[in-house]
Amino acid sequence: MDFRLNEEQQMLQDTVARLVRGEYSFEKRLAFSETELGFSADFWKQLSELGLTAVPFSEELGGFGGGGVELQSVMTELGRGLCLEPYLQSIILGGGLIGQAGNDSQKDVWLSGIASGELKAAVGLQEPQSFYDLNNVETRAEKSGEGFVLNGRKAVVIGGHCADLIVVSARTSGDTHDADGISLFALSPDTAGVERRTYPTIDGAKGCDITLNNVQVGADALLGEQGKAADVIDYQAGRAIAALCAEAVGVMEMANELTLDYLKQRKQFGVPIGRFQVLQHRMVDMMSELEQARSMAILSASVADSEQSDERRRVLAAAKNVIGRAGQFISEAGIQSHGGIGMTWEYNFAHYAKRLIAINHQLGDDDFHLERYAALLKAS
Amino acid sequence: MNMNYTAEELAFRDEVRAFLDEKLPADIAAKVKGFRRLSKEDHQRWQKILSTQGWYATHWPEEYGGVKWTPVQKHIWDEESCRYGVPRSIPFGVNMVAPVIIKFGNEEQKQTYLPRILSGEDWWCQGYSEPGAGSDLASLKTRAVRDGDHYIVNGQKTWTTLGQYANMIFCLVRTNTEVKNQEGISFLLIDMNTPGITVRPIITLDGEHEVNEVFFEDVKVPVENLVGEEDKGWTYAKYLLTYERTGLAGIGISKAALSHLKELASRRLKNGRPLIEDPSFSQRIAKVEIDLTAAAISNLRIIASVEGGGVPGAESSMLKVKGTEIRQAINDLARRAIGPYALPFLEEEMDMDYEGEFLSDKDAAPLSAQYFNNRKLSIFGGSNEIQKNIVSKMILGL
Repeated sequence: MDFRLNEEQQMLQDTVARLVRGEYSFEKRLAFSETELGFSADFWKQLSELGLTAVPFSEELGGFGGGGVELQSVMTELGRGLCLEPYLQSIILGGGLIGQAGNDSQKDVWLSGIASGELKAAVGLQEPQSFYDLNNVETRAEKSGEGFVLNGRKAVVIGGHCADLIVVSARTSGDTHDADGISLFALSPDTAGVERRTYPTIDGAKGCDITLNNVQVGADALLGEQGKAADVIDYQAGRAIAALCAEAVGVMEMANELTLDYLKQRKQFGVPIGRFQVLQHRMVDMMSELEQARSMAILSASVADSEQSDERRRVLAAAKNVIGRAGQFISEAGIQSHGGIGMTWEYNFAHYAKRLIAINHQLGDDDFHLERYAALLKAS
Repeated sequence: MNMNYTAEELAFRDEVRAFLDEKLPADIAAKVKGFRRLSKEDHQRWQKILSTQGWYATHWPEEYGGVKWTPVQKHIWDEESCRYGVPRSIPFGVNMVAPVIIKFGNEEQKQTYLPRILSGEDWWCQGYSEPGAGSDLASLKTRAVRDGDHYIVNGQKTWTTLGQYANMIFCLVRTNTEVKNQEGISFLLIDMNTPGITVRPIITLDGEHEVNEVFFEDVKVPVENLVGEEDKGWTYAKYLLTYERTGLAGIGISKAALSHLKELASRRLKNGRPLIEDPSFSQRIAKVEIDLTAAAISNLRIIASVEGGGVPGAESSMLKVKGTEIRQAINDLARRAIGPYALPFLEEEMDMDYEGEFLSDKDAAPLSAQYFNNRKLSIFGGSNEIQKNIVSKMILGL
């Protein structure tokens, strides 16, 4: 039994950590967030030059087939910096869906671009009515000539505002809630009939809602077998959940470090406020929550690339549930321990708090995953 | 045991309802109910309507233009006004500095300031907290040094709510550094237009400009602006805080927010069914509604005891903690109810005049911001930790 990273994994994590420390100060992040792109093109380029955007891909694509643990190392450090780049959306989800479902020519066309960071992908799997259930798909794709015509709306596509390629789910058969009949399509946002409403998000990132209005795509836009995408989506969403958990751990680490520093440094009634037992106990609770979350992030990373099973699904649901609860606790307890200063835009703590709440609204909140887990509960 | 209103109280409630039906501007009520931002003009317009009705100053004696309401009548007003979407009153003038002036001020101060509060001519803000003096308020450092007919004030105040609108500020200042912290504090009324005062916005985590820092650099304040005696300000400050703490539990606001949440959860879908029918979400709503029922009765018990001549003590501190936890829990649920749509930060949709298409629900845009903004409830007005210290000391004797 050994929970330590191996030498390569540690080097990988150190590399990302150094880069984030050097390039992603809080002030710079605020400035990146305010640009039209919403992140740093330069930082993205550096991730690419260091081979970090290629981590999960094959050697031919410049990567080394990194799995859950490698992605965990990267995501935790990106979390510590509250990095805004579309690593999760493009590299993990976009690359993952195309890598699993795409045919050879689709992989040829898109994966090398994604792995090098030159092509940014975004993923539209949710819809206004879907409430985290990725099998709840109303967008329709009807056969038309050689290709398909898409109609519908994809909700809260993070990174969709600047993506070069958008992967969306659409129904080629069946009813709104059926797992069967869901297909995946990859299309350019410039395709006629694609409309994006772009907005900033509460955690300083950017996203959009995408309306598909008689969007004509060729047969080569279909990713994988027609009507059989639900399993691919479920599997890749699982990888993304593991990555989000790792990111959340990085965010929580920083939130706790900032809070602990504040308890030691802020004086009231003539002593550092960390001398008050009520604040000590809360800080201990924040630490325990972080450790529970870290354990689940490690567990989820260990199953991220295993073959699909109910056990894998259970672990990922459990991890996202723990991360959601721990994240909200640390966010709220941290603000409370800081007092007013924890509520301000100018001080960094609030931005960590907001990211933690935002993570709970990505790929299902703690309630959603509790239900998912309960549905998969083993009788003995 | 009788938990019903008397016939007179019921008649008063009808009167309140008739007044609100007739006089509360629909655009203002819509903003309040939808958690939209209110402008300075909105507040002033409503304040004038209340003043004209004679219902603005409910804590003042009648001789100064107040209205004599019983604790139960105040409670009825609170319940009904929250239900109707009346803007929360900006308390700094009417409910904070005015009671201090009435009790400790001289006749000239009463004649000068009280009518201007009633008419809305003055907008007051509160100069209490400082960067180094939050929960430990008595450690404040802003200095006022007597120089002939003036005090010269130097220092900094912070978390000054709506200071950007104010033309007057009441300040706790240190006039004596030789004595214990609490004993060298004075209570000064300062015109915000005096040279040397700078107001700098503090933007909160939800992007809102509600609070400010106020800097004082050699600000000349006439000695007649001192309330009561020099160095006795702490007594007046504490008197004011008892007014600040009443109503912080926000039971009426929670009731309105809960009904807003239930409407929202009836419109939002999960698995094709209204979210309010979802077993786990409906249980979450049920739990907070049950907690609110209990807190509302606790609130009534305090009101009944005050009505019977008692003095609200540390019980209000207990209720502040419970009440703010309940409000925060309702805000948490409202944010959860919109699922992925908690992420978009749509400032344009927070504006009541927005005429475009709503991204999701018409009320969704302010919900995440509201959740984050109301983390302040457990921090301000005496943090919930400080309230628990008060209960522990005053009630439990620990």
